[in-house]
Amino acid sequence: MAEYLIKNGFVYDPVLGINGDKTDVAVKDGKMVETSALSNPAEIDASGMTVMAAAVDIHAHVAGPKVCVGRNFRPEDKLFRATPQAGIKRMEGGFSVPTVLKTGYDYARMGFGFVMEAAMPPLYARHVHEEIRDTPIIDEAALPVFGNNWFVLEYLKNQEIENTAAYIAWLLRMTRGFGVKNVNPGGTEAWGWGLNCPTVNDPVPYFDITPAQIVRGLIEANEFLGLPHCMHVHANSLGQPGNYTVTLDTLKQAEGIKARNEFGRDQVLHHTHLQFHSYGGESYASKSFESKSKEVADYINARDNITFDLGVVTLDETTTMTADGPFEHHLTELNHLKWVNTDVELETAAGVVPYIYSPKTFIAGAQWAIGIELGLFAKDPMRTFITTDHPNAGPFIRYPRVYKWLMSKAAREDMLDNVLKYGNTVRDRCYIGEIDREITLFELAQMTRAGPAKALGLAGMFGSLKPGMEGDVAVYPYNPETSGDPEDIERAFSHAQYLIKGGDVVVREGQVVSNGNKRTFWVDCKVNENPQVERDVAEKFKRYYSVNLANYEVYAHHYVPNPYVIEVDATQ
Amino acid sequence: MAKTITDVVCPFCGTLCDDLEVGVSDDGKKIIDVYNACAIGAEKFLHSQASDRVTRPRMKQEDGSWKEVSYDEAVEYTATTLAAARKPLMYGWSSTNCEAQAIGTEIGEIVGAVMDNTATVCHGTTLIAVQDVGVPSCTLGEILNRADRIVFWGCNPAHAHPRHMSRYSIFPRGFFTGKGAKGRRMIVVDPRVTDTAKTADMHLQIEQGRDYELLTALRVAFKGEWLPDTVAGIPKKTIYEVADLMKSGRFGIIFFGMGVTQSLSKNHNIDQAICVTRDLNEYTKWNIMPMRGHYNVTGSGEVWGWLHGFPFALDLSRGFARYNPGDTTSNDLLVRDEVDAVFVIGSDPGAHFPNSSVKKIWDLPSICVDPHLTPTTAVCKLHVPVAFVGVETGGCAYRMDNVPIECRKVVDPPEGMMTDLEFLERVTARVRELKGA
Repeated sequence: MAEYLIKNGFVYDPVLGINGDKTDVAVKDGKMVETSALSNPAEIDASGMTVMAAAVDIHAHVAGPKVCVGRNFRPEDKLFRATPQAGIKRMEGGFSVPTVLKTGYDYARMGFGFVMEAAMPPLYARHVHEEIRDTPIIDEAALPVFGNNWFVLEYLKNQEIENTAAYIAWLLRMTRGFGVKNVNPGGTEAWGWGLNCPTVNDPVPYFDITPAQIVRGLIEANEFLGLPHCMHVHANSLGQPGNYTVTLDTLKQAEGIKARNEFGRDQVLHHTHLQFHSYGGESYASKSFESKSKEVADYINARDNITFDLGVVTLDETTTMTADGPFEHHLTELNHLKWVNTDVELETAAGVVPYIYSPKTFIAGAQWAIGIELGLFAKDPMRTFITTDHPNAGPFIRYPRVYKWLMSKAAREDMLDNVLKYGNTVRDRCYIGEIDREITLFELAQMTRAGPAKALGLAGMFGSLKPGMEGDVAVYPYNPETSGDPEDIERAFSHAQYLIKGGDVVVREGQVVSNGNKRTFWVDCKVNENPQVERDVAEKFKRYYSVNLANYEVYAHHYVPNPYVIEVDATQ
Repeated sequence: MAKTITDVVCPFCGTLCDDLEVGVSDDGKKIIDVYNACAIGAEKFLHSQASDRVTRPRMKQEDGSWKEVSYDEAVEYTATTLAAARKPLMYGWSSTNCEAQAIGTEIGEIVGAVMDNTATVCHGTTLIAVQDVGVPSCTLGEILNRADRIVFWGCNPAHAHPRHMSRYSIFPRGFFTGKGAKGRRMIVVDPRVTDTAKTADMHLQIEQGRDYELLTALRVAFKGEWLPDTVAGIPKKTIYEVADLMKSGRFGIIFFGMGVTQSLSKNHNIDQAICVTRDLNEYTKWNIMPMRGHYNVTGSGEVWGWLHGFPFALDLSRGFARYNPGDTTSNDLLVRDEVDAVFVIGSDPGAHFPNSSVKKIWDLPSICVDPHLTPTTAVCKLHVPVAFVGVETGGCAYRMDNVPIECRKVVDPPEGMMTDLEFLERVTARVRELKGA
């Protein structure tokens, strides 16, 4: 296999503690190696450029049934946005919900190597895997949703952690899933009857368990198994004014629980798109609505067992999609745009609604500010990850713009002064005007590489250039010594000069030159035999599922043709 | 003693029943009997055993007779025809698996084809309506476990989806529906007294083509506003009654079929039906679902959705994906002479397209990939018989509620026969050579 020597770049690697030193980086046989291990490498001149490990996205909706709904029901999202086939590259289309081909190419062009599909409805796991299979280049995995699953609700009501864990292990195997996602715990089941659970103490209809119990129970079950990733939660009351108290109540469920795993993960709860969960006030009106990012960030800063990602609003026309069914209904009532909902038997639901975050409204400006504030208030960049909850707060291709806002106070001031219509009101109701901090390139590498890789339990493969890691390297045309204009940040991180993925060059001089050799990651967790769970599974499939148990598992080769299986032994 | 294969998926209609049992001979070569299936589904399995089945490709000769050719020759004819065409139509895709659909789309990209599926004459109008107003829906198991109000509008599952009512919608006892049919109220809207209508609690025998009016009247009635004495032939008293019945349910669903999608007003009917459902969600929980016909027409829309973003009428001829129903739909292209070759797979336009379109297929270089002898195979220049998906080969198919299920292989195809996927992979490789792609 090929050998590459990336010479003379400014290297940023938080794991190795390299902070912009000019040094060489070596790749051989698909892995990072010492430069001395190369015999006859192809040389890549990175002088005047920034070199980092390929980025890791911890939360994006890029594959699966609701993403496909977004594509199919929004032809307008593709108007004038098609790119023809060229060389090895296939046709691309779409903006906020791009086709899988464009998804893979765009991530590669931004220097990403791994992306986590954030919500997989178990019954639709095949669909998720078919899309992942057809997404070129990037490695991917998917998190099945558990927070409204009838098995989980019934076991946790009786505090049966071991049974919950056995069920999780079984479902991960059935769906080729990676970890435990928990969306609007209990509220989505309530949505089966058109209801919701707005706080952590509202009991789920019929099942008579509270969201707080579900969150804590799933954390405990996750640590019982010792999975690579922790419980990944989207708390109740997303997007509602005053919801920060619900968020704090949710985070409190992690108190006193320590991580237990063999993957180097230290946290037990990951809260996703925290921006949507850090609102104060009683309505969306500017005299009531306010930022509570500081209060939420302070809580997280004072704990060491929680990670989170931002979910920054990028002020685009986008397509919202979530397993939080009642929220999407709320949204369509707000904006009166088209609404898709799918309730999934015994498991979950999902909704999709287009949304325009207009810089001419106060509320979109405030949401933008809150997302950025969270990134700036956070004390530990290793626990703070940059996302836009693609495509909910904005499409993932805007990540470099988010980097710009985080890294430049001037860019933020420009937004408040010149882009947002109600910039002054936003200064007034949010903290953004008071913050001087600018994220450094080293911190950026923590927030987009080392941090998310560690939180996913993949620190041994991704997020660093240490010898032995995967040969995933991104080279950006950004010179930290001479670049002064914040726009340079956005431009450079949107168009990596090179991406080496799995030891092969897939982006050369900004152009995609290979469809790569992508892999699907999943977690195979061994647990002790559990006759009760086996019986319950058989019973539920016989009586309440519309498919037979034997037709549930994603087993055939064409769904996961190139798997990377992480084995976990939880039998002791 | 014959062997029984369980949990077999039925590759006939969009209900995609997955509880069939198929008895095969000891040597595993012959299907002897099919259990749990409806009459149509069972026939699909048994038909594959027909002794007069065509097992090799056939080319139509100058004099109208057929000559057997090898699969190699069939691949060559297909690849050269598609590669030489300026704008070929690749139609069908509804009775094959998603893997074949995905590879077929790659061929379409290389040769610049227009891809279209059977939705174009079926639920394409539904797909357009969803692009207008969305669709609140659910999986069929949700109906089984929760639904207490069921509406069948312009569809006749008793004949078209025979096990639908017993598996999911009317008769079964689910988690919150322990009384089964006794706990559900069933409404049928149909101008005809169908066998489905005969089992309903209420049958609204609507005037033909007046669905839009009745749907709108229901929206008025939900709000208790004024209605004329009759709408679409239904007395206003009945309309208010039905509106109350719908609002009083705990969980309801409207199933609809081609009676509304392809009658007067087309997609506007569905717009209105979806808005009825949206309105009902102000009061309680309601859903709506198209009764998709072919077992994997839904899948072809999904495959094209993730690859190119459009569920049907997908035009790749300009080098990028484009979608404009009425312009890039099969019949419009055929009658306007805009395509110069036709490739059909997993569908029978010869039986279902207007005669004017079928004549165009007859005139053009044309290929039909289908296990059966159909009116389409009769008008095409090349007929490529293949293994039955779901009987002789597996693969993914999407149910009417978009749930993907892996079909099972029950027996081997007759010796030397190719599957859809194998044939398309060969064609792709050859097209790549010809196009230098």
